[in-house]
Amino acid sequence: MKALINLVEKVKPNFEKGGRLEKFHRSFEAFETFLYVKGDVTQRGSHIRDAIDMKRTMVHVIIALIPALLFGIWNVGFQHYKAIGLEVEFMDQVMFGLIKVLPIIVVSYVSGLAIEFIFASARDHEVNEGFLVSGMLIPLVIPVTTPLWMVAMATIFAVVIGKEVFGGTGMNILNPALLARAFLFFAYPSYLSGEVWVYEGAETFVDGYSGATGLAVMAAGEGTMPSNFDLFFGFIPGSIGETSTFAILLGAVVLIATGIGSFRIMASVFLGGLLMGAIFNLFAVNEFMAMPAYKHLILGGFAFGAVYMATDPVSASQTGVGKYIYGILIGVITVLIRVVNPAYPEGMMLAILFMNVFAPLIDHYIVEANIKKRMKRMQKVRLQTQA
Amino acid sequence: MSEEKNNIPKETLFSPKNKRLLSDPIGKENPITVQVLGICSVLAVTVQLRASLVLAIAVVAVMGLANVIISILRHGIPPRIRIIVQLTVVASLVILVDQVLKAFVYDVSRQLSVFVGLIITNCIIMGRLEAFALNNKVWPSFLDGVGNAAGYGSILLLVAAVRESLGSGTLMGYQVIPDFMYNIGYVDNGFMILPPMALITVGVIIWIHRHRDRALVDVS
Repeated sequence: MKALINLVEKVKPNFEKGGRLEKFHRSFEAFETFLYVKGDVTQRGSHIRDAIDMKRTMVHVIIALIPALLFGIWNVGFQHYKAIGLEVEFMDQVMFGLIKVLPIIVVSYVSGLAIEFIFASARDHEVNEGFLVSGMLIPLVIPVTTPLWMVAMATIFAVVIGKEVFGGTGMNILNPALLARAFLFFAYPSYLSGEVWVYEGAETFVDGYSGATGLAVMAAGEGTMPSNFDLFFGFIPGSIGETSTFAILLGAVVLIATGIGSFRIMASVFLGGLLMGAIFNLFAVNEFMAMPAYKHLILGGFAFGAVYMATDPVSASQTGVGKYIYGILIGVITVLIRVVNPAYPEGMMLAILFMNVFAPLIDHYIVEANIKKRMKRMQKVRLQTQA
Repeated sequence: MSEEKNNIPKETLFSPKNKRLLSDPIGKENPITVQVLGICSVLAVTVQLRASLVLAIAVVAVMGLANVIISILRHGIPPRIRIIVQLTVVASLVILVDQVLKAFVYDVSRQLSVFVGLIITNCIIMGRLEAFALNNKVWPSFLDGVGNAAGYGSILLLVAAVRESLGSGTLMGYQVIPDFMYNIGYVDNGFMILPPMALITVGVIIWIHRHRDRALVDVS
């Protein structure tokens, strides 16, 4: 550890003003703060510098993503061998998953960070840490069959159009990772339709195995629905990280315990989904509408969206009450899109992006209402003191 | 009156001032990227380069002629009904253009459908008639009309070229993405064909434009 500090201090002068590598000082800074909290000391007054800066916040989210990621890696292998009808060892399944998933993660990080560093150097601001999380979220919300060049395209699109256009991390109105998915969804629909998902390679499927996700089964009204147990623990086809509600809930515990993810948003998204599902149950005219409401919560990307996507601190609502409204509406719209619109089997992505756009509006009215309430209270007090 | 006229040195057809009338709207006064007018048709017809080219030519013709006609009539138009007169002139020209398109390039005309008719409502045309042709002589008005239409058309073509090449792999209907690209797994980007991508493409063009010409950035 000491050696690392010494190394950082030794190469530092090269990157400072007048140094040989001055041009890259933003890149250097990014790596330096990634390793250590910067040695800045406040000169006067008693200021406490919290070690939890944005970089460390993001690292916590990454930790929360690990259960879903590990499960996803295994599930890729599990589904693959199930599809071709081979019984293999646990480690073989993991290895297969690693071979398929790692390149996607690497491509996502390399392409996204390259753009981040280019913009940081061109605009001379710090390299934003936000991409540490986005770069991990993007692989988790896409099917493993997505070609790598598409992953790169979507990542670049999301970082440039979703973030840099608005001024970088903290300025974006939409969740960049979901934007990447939305880009893929609209640009290459056949790769993300939720129909055929599992990597098949040169082998052929065994009879009776369809790669259709649970949502695709429900939307099409044919095929067999996995059991609740499989749905909850995630032994089902789906995007890499979204299948296991259990693993995602583990992540949710980490997020809530560290205070980084908003419990209000998570809870209200689930509540909204249940509510809408129950309403559909009341007026059910087809099988999908009659599906028990709780099933919506364990199907598809509902849990993943609720825990990791909707809670994005930048694009979500900021006010307390606003978070409830924002969350419930996400849940409601998700189920609405799933059940009513057959063109989009999964509504989570569109629901969150839609509510991202409305989050500032919700906040505005919450703040206005609060101001009005206080004004009224003040007037009341004034009247009483006069009387 | 006549004495005054003689005192003013006669301007040549392509004096620097007149040249600017033609070139400014293509660059720093661009109706789309700077004034952000006429966006609707950019979103609607730029899926294919061919349709955009035809529409661009149609708008150049309509705008050039409309500016000339209004400029000729400018002393005779009562101010209170000027909008109606302008509309009538533009509408007649648009009908003319529409008939020509139907006669010679029927398939493109069908593709453009209502957007030929909607040239009438293109804000750029009415804007230039109001702002320029009503107060200026015939020749400068003509240049102004053609210049603005060219500025509009150039963006139209640029957006269409991006969208058609990336969205369908063709330009003017000819394949530009070579076959071996498809063989190694390239897929046309379906998002490019959808309207949001036109908006984003225009946005990126505006972004680049303002980045290169700092004077356009308004700090508010």
